[in-house]
Amino acid sequence: MLDKSGRDGSALLEFRSVNTYYGDLHVLKNVDYFIGKGEIVCLLGGNASGKSTTMKTIMGVVRPHSGEVVYDGQPISKLATNERVKRGIAPVLEARRLFPRMTVYENLELGAYTQPRGAQFDEDLERVYELFPRVKERRTQLAGTLSGGEQQMVAIGRALMARPRLICMDEPSMGLSPLFVEQVFDIIQTINRQGTTIFMVEQNANMALSIAHRAYVLQTGVVVLSGSAAELRENEDIKQAYLGEMQVAPT
Amino acid sequence: MTLTDVILQQVINGLSLGAMYALLALGFTLVYGILELINFSHFNVFMVGSFIAMYVLQAFGLSGQTTILTGLPLVGVLVAAFAVTMLACGAIGVGIERFLLRPLRAVKGPAAMILTIGVSYVLFNLVILGSGADSKNFPNPLPALQWPIGGAVLRLREVLIWAVSLLLMGGLTYFVGYTKLGKAMRATAQDPEAARMMGVEVDRVIMTAFFLGAALAGAGGLIFGLYYNFTSFIIGFNAGLRAFTAAVLGGIGNVPGAMLGGLMIGLIEAFSGAFIATAWSDVIIFSILVLVLVFRPAGLLGRVAPNKS
Repeated sequence: MLDKSGRDGSALLEFRSVNTYYGDLHVLKNVDYFIGKGEIVCLLGGNASGKSTTMKTIMGVVRPHSGEVVYDGQPISKLATNERVKRGIAPVLEARRLFPRMTVYENLELGAYTQPRGAQFDEDLERVYELFPRVKERRTQLAGTLSGGEQQMVAIGRALMARPRLICMDEPSMGLSPLFVEQVFDIIQTINRQGTTIFMVEQNANMALSIAHRAYVLQTGVVVLSGSAAELRENEDIKQAYLGEMQVAPT
Repeated sequence: MTLTDVILQQVINGLSLGAMYALLALGFTLVYGILELINFSHFNVFMVGSFIAMYVLQAFGLSGQTTILTGLPLVGVLVAAFAVTMLACGAIGVGIERFLLRPLRAVKGPAAMILTIGVSYVLFNLVILGSGADSKNFPNPLPALQWPIGGAVLRLREVLIWAVSLLLMGGLTYFVGYTKLGKAMRATAQDPEAARMMGVEVDRVIMTAFFLGAALAGAGGLIFGLYYNFTSFIIGFNAGLRAFTAAVLGGIGNVPGAMLGGLMIGLIEAFSGAFIATAWSDVIIFSILVLVLVFRPAGLLGRVAPNKS
């Protein structure tokens, strides 16, 4: 069945029995993910569960020791990061990681690094400015002088400038006030409805599961649970481990 | 000569020396900004540059200060000499990066820096083997034009040095500030991993930094020869150390800082030579370095800690 975001059940990104190591440390252990076209898929897990390694493996900063990462039907494990970005995978990095001593506009330009300049760039820029009027206001300011929420908007805008089919977000709610968290999740849903697939690592399980279609739970490098977001929200273990915890320690 | 004339003359001298140090300091700062590596081979890429320039000028039939050119031939010879020297030095810089430093990129600790010291010694000894250890008479085709300014004298060579340095530094500033690759270079300096995930080919950026740094050192080597009318295998150490000091003084990793630091070191050297004694120049230069490092450890235009938020 197709909905607005083009979900048709076919995979945009797959991990097939992926194993990664940092030296002797076995981080991802036989991990399988399936991210369908048009989905929002969320990856839950505690510290050192392998969430960030998952992101780095998708971007090609970490190479799998065995197994295969498949994007749009093609193996990409051997592709350079630059080539992956060209093919439409863009990251929103943990803690945003803007270039602090460059202007907001220059940060957006770097998001479009693999894209040609011209009409398309202007169109994408306009789209980002429309989505985030605040970013437009701040375009000549150094990114490092922005508030956390504004930085997150720039980080998402920067990813959009790459014309991505898949955006990988590492903790988009980290360090943001509750008000901003809600805004960010709204924006993520909007972007998804406009046709971009989202794979999101998130500590804020409550919020993440409320917008995701499906989710995986990663524990010390092993996928221990997966299913639809609705199922996982009702799962007792998840409630115990993630949802309850979030109420005690809001970010 | 009145005191004003002496001061004016030393400003002229200092800005010329300073422009040369600034060109050289930029190479340290470009590479450090991206790799946090102090590239000691830069000292002797500069020295090799002045030898290459000498051979290029000799290839045009020039030797010593006997052949004077004017008009178009002069411009043509100078443009060719700068272009060939800068390209050749740039190629040496790229070679050092690609074949010697890149294999060490993943190695933590001082290995890469030690390697650059090794490369520096290899270049130094290659030049001695190839050209001998005596100092060389550097061909200088510039006519002995000069203009009195009060009691001070401005010579054509100084005007040439300023013009070339302004052109090169302006070009570099434009490149780093406004071109796609230049912006990628700044992004890589601020956060290499994030830059890479934007699709920046970090290896290409690093190679560009080495190319530009070494090419500017080549221009510096040619300027050295035109200014002092000689070159020698030994010139890399003194000029390189001062240029490195200039980079640290301005804030290593900071492009305008390297330019400012270079000019300051040049002026300090000229003034201490005129008002105290040449022998004291180094004492004063390095004392100022120590003071700056004590009170502003990040240099004049540098930042105390990288802001990576």
